[in-house]
Amino acid sequence: MKYAEEFRDPKAAKGLLAQIAQVIDELGATKEKPVHIMEICGGHTHAIFRYGLDKLTPAGLEFIHGPGCPVCVLPMSRVDECVELAERPEVIFTTFGDAMRVPGTKKSLLQAKAEGADIRMVYSPLDALELARRNPDREVVFFGLGFETTTPSTALSIQQAASEELANFSVFCNHITVPPPIKALLDDPHMILDGFVGPGHVSMVIGVEPYRFIARDYGKPIVVAGFEPIDLLQSVLMVLEQMRDGRAEVENQYSRVVPDYGNPVSIAACDDVYEPRPTFEWRGLGEIDSSGLRIREKYVAFDAEAKFSIGYGKGAPRFVPEPEGCACGDVMTGRLKPVQCQQFGKGCTPEMPLGALMVSSEGACAAYYEYGGVDLEPAE
Amino acid sequence: MCLGIPGQIVEISSAEKKLAIADVSGVRREVNVACIAGDAPVEDLIGAWALIHVGFAMSLINEEEAAKTMEVLKMLGEAQEEIEAMRASQREMDRAS
Repeated sequence: MKYAEEFRDPKAAKGLLAQIAQVIDELGATKEKPVHIMEICGGHTHAIFRYGLDKLTPAGLEFIHGPGCPVCVLPMSRVDECVELAERPEVIFTTFGDAMRVPGTKKSLLQAKAEGADIRMVYSPLDALELARRNPDREVVFFGLGFETTTPSTALSIQQAASEELANFSVFCNHITVPPPIKALLDDPHMILDGFVGPGHVSMVIGVEPYRFIARDYGKPIVVAGFEPIDLLQSVLMVLEQMRDGRAEVENQYSRVVPDYGNPVSIAACDDVYEPRPTFEWRGLGEIDSSGLRIREKYVAFDAEAKFSIGYGKGAPRFVPEPEGCACGDVMTGRLKPVQCQQFGKGCTPEMPLGALMVSSEGACAAYYEYGGVDLEPAE
Repeated sequence: MCLGIPGQIVEISSAEKKLAIADVSGVRREVNVACIAGDAPVEDLIGAWALIHVGFAMSLINEEEAAKTMEVLKMLGEAQEEIEAMRASQREMDRAS
């Protein structure tokens, strides 16, 4: 595969790669002592591997793959609770397809479905609402999963259910937010990160202001990036230039889609429906302060945690350790590369995932597994 | 789930609920347009392109940006996945319980 054929504008890509190589030189970064840049978003991780950007960029630059894949950070105990809800005879459990194969301690939702639980893969919470309207004698539970890109859709759906007084609709809310785990990573004494490529579509909702602390309090550059390979290369260059110039700023490379202050309707809906939880568990990262959202008291009728007394609604949920040999936590914090995990490609493959990073195409391990062996020939 | 897919608003299905029909690569489905409607009448959105996340139009984009984004999503296999998820969801809704 020649990357020139893959890029819309190979000339621009070549120019950016040359500039990146030059700034890496100016920074004195080498293969032995590289600059570490974390791309936060799983979509970016996928794009970096798909386009081979990790191989096209100089050895003095290393990508660390961030926690921005919602199914990858889903604790096993949460999957168990989904299965428990789904196996209740009155429940129609609705979920995005991504969550179906995430292993729980006993089974995944896919296995529960095969065993007879009424689980429906929906594209949108709007479809879960419609199922509730069509099945008034059943309890329709929607599994609210994802970062700020999906939180508004669940919030607006809960508001809609409230306005229709749809009593048989509720949400098992496991929404999470991007800034708190970034703060947790920055507070980690073993942290090796030099800068960040910020998420594009999350930022479309929340704007760029919530990242201000990264530059102000930790002195690290962050550039919010689009998804085209050219966007990613340009954003990496912007991060490196900040480092070279001794700056730490929040920059917005994706301003054609991301307004600095986000989407006001989404932010208002989320403020109305959710409040931060004191703490929330992340697979591989543990409990992180204020990193999860729960449904406010005024919408308690639509909160599956309260309705079925489950998850955090039952008090502190039980903690389940990672499966034997699974190194997802170390991979997620950049301590290990996916291939350095002893289970990679052996006990853990996309077909039979052991750890969550192998489940979704946005997970670092799945991306390594799919594209890791691809050889790229730089264009002439 | 985290990436939006471009679609064109072709019809308003409920002005009151801010629902519209979007055309996503030839597949038509209902989407919520509350986040992009602003104060103008929702009918003004007909013909507009938007990034759609799990059935909610989240940001207005121009046609060129829509085409470029769709190209990347196809390269990543995400576009095909999203469109299949839309079709599968319709089947799940129609399935008797």
